[in-house]
Amino acid sequence: MTRRTLADLSRHERATVLTVQEDGPAAERLRELGLCPGTEVVLDRQAPFGGPMVFRLRGYRLCLRPSEARRVAVAESAD
Amino acid sequence: MAPPDRPRLRVALLGSPNSGKTTLFNALTGLRAKTGNYPGVTVDRRQGIAATAGGPVEVIDLPGTYSLQAISEDEAVSVRMLRGEIAGEERPDGVVVVADATTLQRSLPLLAEALAFDLPTCLVLTMVDELKARGGEIDLFALQRELGVKVLGVVGHKGLGVADLRDLLADPAAWPRPAAPPPAETQARFEWADRILAAATRAQPEDSALTRRLDSILLHPVGGGLVFLAFVALFFQSIFSWAAPAMDLLDGAVGALADWLAGVLPPGWAASLLADGVVRGVGAVLVFLPQIALLFALIFFFEACGYMARAAFLMDRLMGWVGLEGRCFIALLSSYACAVPGILATRTIPSPRDRLATILVAPLATCSARLPVYALLITAFVPAEPLFGPFDLRGAVLFGLYLLGAASALAFAALFKRGLLRGAALPFYLELPPYRFPSLKAVLIQVWLRVWMFLRRAGTIILLASVALWALLHFPAAAPAAGAGPAEAARTQIEQSWAAGIGRALEPALAPMGWDWRIGVGLVGSIAAREVIVTTMAQVYAWEDPAAGDANQDADGFAAFLRRPDPVTGEPPLTRASAIALLVFFVYALQCISTIAVIRREAGSWRWALFAVAYQTGFAWLAAFLTFRLLA
Repeated sequence: MTRRTLADLSRHERATVLTVQEDGPAAERLRELGLCPGTEVVLDRQAPFGGPMVFRLRGYRLCLRPSEARRVAVAESAD
Repeated sequence: MAPPDRPRLRVALLGSPNSGKTTLFNALTGLRAKTGNYPGVTVDRRQGIAATAGGPVEVIDLPGTYSLQAISEDEAVSVRMLRGEIAGEERPDGVVVVADATTLQRSLPLLAEALAFDLPTCLVLTMVDELKARGGEIDLFALQRELGVKVLGVVGHKGLGVADLRDLLADPAAWPRPAAPPPAETQARFEWADRILAAATRAQPEDSALTRRLDSILLHPVGGGLVFLAFVALFFQSIFSWAAPAMDLLDGAVGALADWLAGVLPPGWAASLLADGVVRGVGAVLVFLPQIALLFALIFFFEACGYMARAAFLMDRLMGWVGLEGRCFIALLSSYACAVPGILATRTIPSPRDRLATILVAPLATCSARLPVYALLITAFVPAEPLFGPFDLRGAVLFGLYLLGAASALAFAALFKRGLLRGAALPFYLELPPYRFPSLKAVLIQVWLRVWMFLRRAGTIILLASVALWALLHFPAAAPAAGAGPAEAARTQIEQSWAAGIGRALEPALAPMGWDWRIGVGLVGSIAAREVIVTTMAQVYAWEDPAAGDANQDADGFAAFLRRPDPVTGEPPLTRASAIALLVFFVYALQCISTIAVIRREAGSWRWALFAVAYQTGFAWLAAFLTFRLLA
């Protein structure tokens, strides 16, 4: 099974961040926005036609494009 | 109250965007804030004086930042400020980290980064009322104990807790320092924050129900799109209707003041300089001020509500096609009223390249100063043939010009992003803050600071350019022929002025579009503000308003006059082809002192301002030339 990322979540699905792939300032910024390992994330909604996605994490709403969401590997949340 | 002494102490406010930092800054410093730029960069600098029991304290509102591992210019400024590395700026004596109490899980790690600078630091939690309303509870004493720094809860827009903060600001040296420094690595900082919050949080706040409900409408692919269209319509309505009475009033006042000056001063060049050059010249630009202020008010209001982030979400896909992002759309939309607030609105765009690309194309949006020119030329040269339903050819041409401006702005943005401004892309991220109702006072303070900054920064350039244009039209002075009417005298004057010299020198460049030197004089005049071309051309053709009682003129106005052969040259001022070419020229050309001044300020150098003038005016010429060849 291929690794799942934030971009693969379906609406209202909950997941836990495993890691942000790649290094460099862009990946580091995603971590600094709170997408670090162990953080719970819910997909709130996605704009149609591959538009930006809204996630809820750490008590706030963050909007990312699918291209950025794909950098964040996630695992199913153990509820 | 005694005049405040020079502040001994400097304290910096550090916090993420939407943390309530600016509201807190306004509550501390009121209207005594100064806005400007940090030297050499385009980053907004806001400083003000807060009165405290220990004397005045200078407060620096650092740009909103999610992290101090800087990836953008404004974040780098915060870091350099905290290190004391900015030329001419002393290192602050203390740092106040401002964090939204409802999003501490994300914002507390910033405190760990701030503590690494080894300055006295305290934490201010904003929105504590909202935390409580959403069922959250945090033990400030426990938080203070765990962090080892002073913690204060405030409600910035209601002023609650602001007095305590003032007391605190008076003596940063006395603030408690943590026993051990927090970890430096990102993951470890978040774990540190989570551990401390676990010890201090009594109850997690619920997700804002209002935000959830509103988002399900406002971000809905169909419903959200409709609301967004209504929002855009509101923008246009405000530009064309609501600002109009204030603009008419200001226009009337400028005219009355100029007439009064001309009446009381002894006739001569000094009276003309003051009345026509200074008052009418600067006035032609200042009539747009109500519109600029209204737009700022709308922008700040919707920004503070949280709607601007939603609009950026909705428009991101479209803007992504041309290499920009959702936030750029707001700036371009504002530019439809006036490029000045549009260019200033680019400050919310985090990527410097996206920001510069937006600044460079913003003047292509059809601003309201173009409308009088479009209206005149369309009335004169486009017949009112019905197309279908209530629409006629004139309306279609006007709509086409608006569309041409929008399409060109996007096309040039795509071009700049692929060429001139290419580079590694920053990740796109956008926080959608909870919906909040902003205080009217906070919005008005922001509007005032921006309008005042525009007047102060662009005012000098507008004044100098107005006087220079006046001189070009009034020197060398001509002696009017005996018995000539005032219109005839004005025409004689302009014909031998320096402006006419420039117009004649430009003629080789104007002739390919079927324009003569008189149009050139009009174009010189339009540099003050685009709509000035109408009055300049009326003077250069010695047109007199028939309403003013001149029997030689027909009643159908200046528009018809432009079509008729001129009695002196035997040619009509414009033909249909040369008029349409002129319309196309106005779509592209950057003829506006205020915009040029604001680009220089916001892009940080004359280089970009001159580049904008060159590419827009160069393309305007090319497009006008092709249009004329196509139609002639």
